[in-house]
Amino acid sequence: MTVKDVAKILNATVLSGEDQLDVEVHDACGSDMMSDVLAFVKNQAVLLTGLVNVQVVRTADMMDIVCLVFVRGKQPDEDMLAMARRKDMVVLSTSLRMYRACGLLWEAGLRGGEADADAEATV
Amino acid sequence: MPMLKLQYEVDGTDFTRAGEASSSVKKNLRKLGVSADAIRRVSICLYEGEINMVIHANGGVIDVLVFPDRIEMVLADTGKGIADIEKAMQAGWSTAPDEVRSLGFGAGMGLPNMKKYSDEMRIESTVGVGTTVYMTVKV
Repeated sequence: MTVKDVAKILNATVLSGEDQLDVEVHDACGSDMMSDVLAFVKNQAVLLTGLVNVQVVRTADMMDIVCLVFVRGKQPDEDMLAMARRKDMVVLSTSLRMYRACGLLWEAGLRGGEADADAEATV
Repeated sequence: MPMLKLQYEVDGTDFTRAGEASSSVKKNLRKLGVSADAIRRVSICLYEGEINMVIHANGGVIDVLVFPDRIEMVLADTGKGIADIEKAMQAGWSTAPDEVRSLGFGAGMGLPNMKKYSDEMRIESTVGVGTTVYMTVKV
C-alpha cells in the first residue's frame, strides 16, 4: 500500500510530507521504545508510536522510515516537523490508539514484525 | 589512509541534540556513495553510542574513519565507566534513570544493538575514568 492508503485507513491528518504520499510501504512497527525500533531493520516502513520527542524523528531517520504515525492524537511540535520535512518523511497523526491502528493496517494487508531470523537476513 | 575522517564533540547536557553527529555521518556517507545497508548499520551503531554518551557519560568525542572496505568508529568519553562490561552487554540490563526510559531509551538494548549491527566491537572501560567503544562496519 502507499502512505496515502495508510493515512486513509487510520483517518489520519497529514502533518508533513504531503508530496510523498505515493511512496510504497512494505513493513511496519509499533513501539514507544526507540531502542526496540532500532533493533530490527525494516525496509520502506511505517513507524507507529505514542512517544513524542525529537528522538522519535531521529530514530526514524536512522532506520530510513518513510512514514511516522503518532497515535492517540499526539501532536509533534514544529521542531520535529521541520526535521521530518528535511528528511522527506511523512508525518501523520491519528486519534486511534496504538492497538487499533496497528490492527487496521494489518487487516488491510500491511505486514511487519518478521521473526528475528528473517529480520537478521535482511540486514 | 582513510578516504574521510570525521570528528564530533557530543554535548552531554542536551538530550534533544543527541543523534546530530550520527545524522551528519549518515549524510557524509551518502555523499561518498556507501551502500544503504552499511550506512544504516553505521547510523544505528553511532546513534545508540551517542545516546549512551549523553545518558551516562556527560558527552564525549566521536571519531569516524572511512576506508574503502570498512568504517571505523571510536566513541570516547570521560564518564563514570562500566563496572561489569559483560553484564552491560546483556539485552535488557540497564542503569539508565526512569526519565530516560520515558524518552524511549534506557531499555538495555543500546550495547546489544551496537554489537548486532557492527562487524567488530570492543569496549575499554575503567570505573571513574571513562569508556571507549571501538566499532567496525565492513562495507
